[in-house]
Amino acid sequence: MPVAIRNGRREWQRRDRAAQLGIWFAWLVGTAVVLACWEVISDRTMWMFVEDAHVQAGDLLRRMVPPRWSYMDKLWRPLWDTLNIATLGTLLAILGGVPLAFLAARNTTPSVLLVRPVALFVIVASRSINSLIWALLLVSVIGPGVLAGILAIAFRSVGFIGKLLYEALEEIDAAPVEAVTATGAGKAQVVAYAMVPQVAPAFAGISVFRWDINIRESTVLGLVGAGGIGLQLEASISQLAWQEASVIFLVILATVLASEWLSARIRHAII
Amino acid sequence: MSVADAGALERARRWRPPPLVADPRLRWGIAVAAVVYLWLALSGVPVNWARVAEGLERGGRFVAAFLHPNFVARFDEIFEGFAESVVMTVVATVLGIAVSVPIALGAARNLAPRPVYLLCRGLIALSRTFQEVIIAILFVAMFGFGPFAGVLTLVFATVGFLAKLLAEDIEDIDPGQAEAIRATGGSWLQLLNYGIQPQVMPRLIGLSLYRLDINFRESAVIGIVGAGGIGSTLNTAFDRYEYDVAAAILLVIILVVMAAEYGSSAIRRLVQ
Repeated sequence: MPVAIRNGRREWQRRDRAAQLGIWFAWLVGTAVVLACWEVISDRTMWMFVEDAHVQAGDLLRRMVPPRWSYMDKLWRPLWDTLNIATLGTLLAILGGVPLAFLAARNTTPSVLLVRPVALFVIVASRSINSLIWALLLVSVIGPGVLAGILAIAFRSVGFIGKLLYEALEEIDAAPVEAVTATGAGKAQVVAYAMVPQVAPAFAGISVFRWDINIRESTVLGLVGAGGIGLQLEASISQLAWQEASVIFLVILATVLASEWLSARIRHAII
Repeated sequence: MSVADAGALERARRWRPPPLVADPRLRWGIAVAAVVYLWLALSGVPVNWARVAEGLERGGRFVAAFLHPNFVARFDEIFEGFAESVVMTVVATVLGIAVSVPIALGAARNLAPRPVYLLCRGLIALSRTFQEVIIAILFVAMFGFGPFAGVLTLVFATVGFLAKLLAEDIEDIDPGQAEAIRATGGSWLQLLNYGIQPQVMPRLIGLSLYRLDINFRESAVIGIVGAGGIGSTLNTAFDRYEYDVAAAILLVIILVVMAAEYGSSAIRRLVQ
């Protein structure tokens, strides 16, 4: 036990000197790194613009109110598109993500050495790239429109659903699997009767959760041309029509809150 | 009993897994609604097949570019963009943690009085509602182009994530320890330091590392709207149809995220 002798008295300490110095040194290095990083950012910032930010913010707010509600008429169609992008994208991602999860999970993959690493790489690649970047890529490949948005959402979500589902698959209880195997069931039957029921609630939760995230993401895909309400947002902002932009912000807020409420209800009902 | 009857009986007696939705009317209702929705949604998606076919050739070129990415042609721009993204990630995560911890304390029902609780929960909800890119647009309009607006965006987004999850963890602590500190007459700060911090520290470290990873990925996106980082380099590469450069950038992003994921899971195992 680390004990220091101070004024001839033995005092208990939490750590010995080396550990305490180590921690202190780690804090020193950490602080230095953060300050160095901050310096880089500070150098690249026009502080003049930052100083009058409150003026800009006030100006922006003044231009946003009152929202031009008549603009709503033009927003129903993009809103419907946004919902479709999120929903169809999630459905496509489920179609791709479920087989991918079975290929990636250690206990269901056909080959740990060959198939599993490939599946894991696909999952990581899909997850590392944000849906907006997927959209950028797809718009440049298949042209602007809702289809690019749906595919962008699907490409990003495949990795999400695949990762969470394969982790759930690897954590299942082995006893039912053994029991079904002992009855002489084939591989497909083991998966259908011993594994699927164990991961079904997790799967439903993951899908609904991703759908909720996708609603949020699909509101901005239009900024790069991939359809939905983001297209209108981009148009309003580039025309500096902030009164229209504020209507769009409020619509997005309402949509996201509604989808959050709905997904919470569904998850509650399933799990 | 005839042979056909026996067959029917056998089929009827066979075990079937119970249906997911017990009420048959609700079950069929959901199925019909799903089909109607799919029909409506799919018929509303305009697809320009000529454009898609033309794009497939370009898509092929992009896939080919992934096999021979070009790291060299725009090396300086790529390096510069990445350095900026990393720097933004570090600063934004540290600032984000510093802002999130007090808000998390305020948003924990077992620590904060009602008005503070509602205020902090409101802040968290606000931060979680809007996509980072929308926040970035507003911050770029206020603070000008560049990484500063990006850092603020990431800090704002970090609060919604970190404060929410940390607050939930604080609400889930074992109340015994906090009670014991209160019983010894400890002040509020001592309660935090000895009753709560030790219980939530592993989770806080884990969440912070995870958020570091997310912030890096997000920093690649907010650059598209002018908030600095690798996103602007990537956007330029796509605009110039330089797929080999874009592929190089995407590969580096994937590698960094993979490395960060392995690194953070190793650190998390160490702390827990």
